[in-house]
Amino acid sequence: MFRIRFHGRGGQGMKTASRILGTAFFNAGYEVQDAPRYGAERRGAPIFAYVRAAKTVINERGIISHPDLVIVADDTLVGMPAAGVTQGVDAHTVFLINSHESAETWQQRLNTEAKILILAAQEEVEDRAALPYIGSRCAAAAAALTNAISQKILLAAISEELGHLNQDIIDQNRDIALGVFDEMSDFTGLVEPRGLPSATDFVDPGWIDVPFENAQVSNIAIHAGATSVKVRTGLWRTMRPIINYENCSGCAWICSTYCPDGAINVRTDGYPEIDYDHCKGCLVCVAQCPPHAIESIPEHAAREQEAGVTS
Amino acid sequence: MTRKLLTGNSAAAWGARLAQVDYIPAFPITPQTEIIEDLAAWIDRGEMDARLVTLESEHSMITAAGSAASSGVRVFTATSSQGLLYGMEMVYAVAGWRTPFVMVNVSRGLASPITLESDHNDIMAARDSGFLQIHCATCQEIADSILIAYRLAEHADVRMPALVNLDGFYLSFTREPVDLPDAAKARSFVGEYDPENLQFKGNSPLSQAMAVLGGGPYSYFRYEAHLAVQQALAVYDDIADEFAAEFGRRHDMIDCYQMDDAEYVFVMLGSFSTKARDAVDSLRAAGWKAGLLRPRLFRPFPQMRIRQQLQGRRAVAVIDQNISMGMGGVLHSESATALYGIKDAPLLASYIGGLGGRDISQQEFFAIANELRQAYERGESPPPRLLYTENEMTEMRKLQAIAQAEHAEIHET
Repeated sequence: MFRIRFHGRGGQGMKTASRILGTAFFNAGYEVQDAPRYGAERRGAPIFAYVRAAKTVINERGIISHPDLVIVADDTLVGMPAAGVTQGVDAHTVFLINSHESAETWQQRLNTEAKILILAAQEEVEDRAALPYIGSRCAAAAAALTNAISQKILLAAISEELGHLNQDIIDQNRDIALGVFDEMSDFTGLVEPRGLPSATDFVDPGWIDVPFENAQVSNIAIHAGATSVKVRTGLWRTMRPIINYENCSGCAWICSTYCPDGAINVRTDGYPEIDYDHCKGCLVCVAQCPPHAIESIPEHAAREQEAGVTS
Repeated sequence: MTRKLLTGNSAAAWGARLAQVDYIPAFPITPQTEIIEDLAAWIDRGEMDARLVTLESEHSMITAAGSAASSGVRVFTATSSQGLLYGMEMVYAVAGWRTPFVMVNVSRGLASPITLESDHNDIMAARDSGFLQIHCATCQEIADSILIAYRLAEHADVRMPALVNLDGFYLSFTREPVDLPDAAKARSFVGEYDPENLQFKGNSPLSQAMAVLGGGPYSYFRYEAHLAVQQALAVYDDIADEFAAEFGRRHDMIDCYQMDDAEYVFVMLGSFSTKARDAVDSLRAAGWKAGLLRPRLFRPFPQMRIRQQLQGRRAVAVIDQNISMGMGGVLHSESATALYGIKDAPLLASYIGGLGGRDISQQEFFAIANELRQAYERGESPPPRLLYTENEMTEMRKLQAIAQAEHAEIHET
């Protein structure tokens, strides 16, 4: 059975990628299971989708714990533990990253036994939540790497799954998918399926007996205000608002009130300050700022700048 | 043949469409909403001749379903989790009206705490209501079971509402190949709905099942409802045979896998049971005589069939995806009832797993098999076990540490 996981951000089209690949496998004569797994259902938040394909009935269900292929549409997710991109990755896994950087760079960063490949990132877009064609590109890469799906079948699957869009867009997706087949031609068939785990030689699940603990401990108490601080929803951001304090007139009650996440604080000097751990990058503040003192820049560019400053 | 990839929710919508339903009272809830979205889109495009009405709650939705079925139209509805609980007063009430209709439940764990993911405590809450219950393991089974459920519910000897259950996420949002029954054949299989003496009409007022009764008459009506549900056992096989003859797929009241010579048996409901199929295959490859028994029909409970299948086995693990607080797994208790007092009853072990969508790994099935063998050698059942690993407890302790720190912080300031 092939076990394939797609990782991206909400809006990038990972569910679409899994459906294109699922339909293509199915039309190529495979039994198929495909599903998205939503975390926080929001543009920019990490999500993943998965595909299982086999020549026999698929009984396995749920999240793929030991993938044969992991495809990452947005390389900013790789280092983010909450995205779970590297979960269950081992020496058998092919790890394909859509990135401007090289496989060697990622190999060093991740220090993994997995085979790392690069899907050459296309021209950079401002807002990565809308990476164009990435769903079709990821599906095409999986088709080529498994060597289980012909170009013709993949193209038909793209047409089927994108049928609600206009023909120009479908044609562009098909052209780009064909390009990915060429790009992956040196690695055709690199991804190999695996069978069922063995019942003779298996790792003990490590069960414990859950102890009784009284309600002082085991009550579900949420201490209001504090819990959401721990969840760094700023990781969902693909665009970063930046306050230009030279133009800021100090009417902090406006931006801080409009911020739907309460992520703009008012400093003791009366000026606003953005809490980047929790700003999701909706840019409502940019639209509302009376003196136009808040601008936005792509998050990936902001992080590259920061990395440059610190290194 | 129209075999295509469908999510469990889509397969449920197709089941309703192929059953030629007339009326769909609806209320949205995750992870069920796609079912009514599909149906609404078809009705809107004129592809389906039915009336869909959005109600203001599940309580009203189930009232509308029972009332409409009383007026002689075929009714379909769907809900999940807290929605089913919110409508629970009417779940019990409409069963007493003896109105046949089909409600899909997309299983999702109950509050508190809140989860979006699947377990069976929602559907178990409707266990004693009088609704028939069919539990599905695949997307194929969902579409097929809805057709079968209408036949069962509308059968003159039964005439009770039916719940068809599918697991949230694991089926609801998962696409699998589904061979959709041919529309004309499905229409002919389900047939026309004959409401018999259900004659509720707007222009001729009638009070149905609303009398306040003393113990004697009350007991009579309640017991008749129980007997009617049990009648579904008597008529099920004929309906399943007819379905198999027409569509080529068998959906027996219990699904037996590798049971012929099985010494060690897993008993499970729903979609997690397909994982147990894989485990049975792997265990057999390793020399075990392992098998799987899955009740598809849960109400009425096929007690005699389960007894026949489990009698003489060495040991049986009932893996419940539900928990009855203060007792344990519901399917375990019911299996024990089926096996009590007979010769050659197997040892019975209880496992709780899959609460809130918590996965059950293949390694856990293997470890359960090992515990069954040890139990058999010892001649004694092991104590009940929650499938819970040391790693999970470590993660839980981290969350508790954060909560403790926050608690301390708040109370200091």
